[in-house]
Amino acid sequence: MELDSGNYLSMALMPIFIVTFIVIATISILIRIIYVISRSSKPLKRVAHEPLSTLIVLGSGGHTAEMINLLSELQKDRFVPRIYIAASTDNMSLQKARALETSLVDQVVGIRWSSIFYVESIARVRKLSLSGLLLYKLQMADQFFVQWPQLEKKYPRAHYVGCLM
Amino acid sequence: MKIVFVTVGTTSFDALVKVVDTKQVKEELFNKGYTHLLIQMGRGSFIPTKSAGEDGCLAVDYFTFSSSIADNLKSASLVISHAGSGSIFETLRLRKPLIVVVNEDLMDNHQSELAEELAARKHLFCARPQMLYNIIASRNLEDLLPYPPADAKPVAKLINRFLGFAND
Repeated sequence: MELDSGNYLSMALMPIFIVTFIVIATISILIRIIYVISRSSKPLKRVAHEPLSTLIVLGSGGHTAEMINLLSELQKDRFVPRIYIAASTDNMSLQKARALETSLVDQVVGIRWSSIFYVESIARVRKLSLSGLLLYKLQMADQFFVQWPQLEKKYPRAHYVGCLM
Repeated sequence: MKIVFVTVGTTSFDALVKVVDTKQVKEELFNKGYTHLLIQMGRGSFIPTKSAGEDGCLAVDYFTFSSSIADNLKSASLVISHAGSGSIFETLRLRKPLIVVVNEDLMDNHQSELAEELAARKHLFCARPQMLYNIIASRNLEDLLPYPPADAKPVAKLINRFLGFAND
């Protein structure tokens, strides 16, 4: 009997927990979006000596090489730890990253200050990809890089940086 | 031995395999001094005609997939490729003459953007399948500009400046 009533009680409380959770989650996401949009595109004012933990998102479809070229140009001691993400269907990208790194960390850091840099694929010459367009229109990226001058003309907030391949 | 290597990547591109397998294209390649035609045909269902290359014609061979086409590209004197950015840049790095054939059956064909831009800059020739013969017959296939090496310095500089790191 006691067990039954305990179950009944927790079942009655379940909707409250769910509602509370959804409300908290929605508020956090909204705060995050407002914060990111207000912060984005403003250069950081900081004394830059301490390294920055860096999340590197690898796309599938032959674009890992572009990222590897970029990473080889960045000073390794400034961007640590480096965490890589790739689609689970894409086992080539992480292999290539592993070849670049001696060790890979398997974790994703949660909500806190971060800058977002987006590099559009070299395959996009006249039009942005869907992910590129979303980040550009929502102004989510702090800096938005394109590899062809035509795109900089069409999307003025983008920086044309030449070819990464 | 002068090899023409045809690659369609991971998908199927029967229209390209069919057109390189035509008598017209094979004869024109042979006239231009090529001796072998090797086709990576991917998932396509059209099987080209194998030939040992006797009595003054092109030797033809094919395979479906290989873990790396790097060796095929290295040994080729001419590459005819689908419009995937991976094989385009791999070929350009090796400084091999390249004809990119755009797959018109693909939806949302952003792939042609890259090939057309690089063709306008004279790093490769760009063709639709039905135009391949004309390109081979009418152009000097060696007459292309070398593709400049990649340079990630401008991006690295902007990222460093944004984050407050000193440029050096």
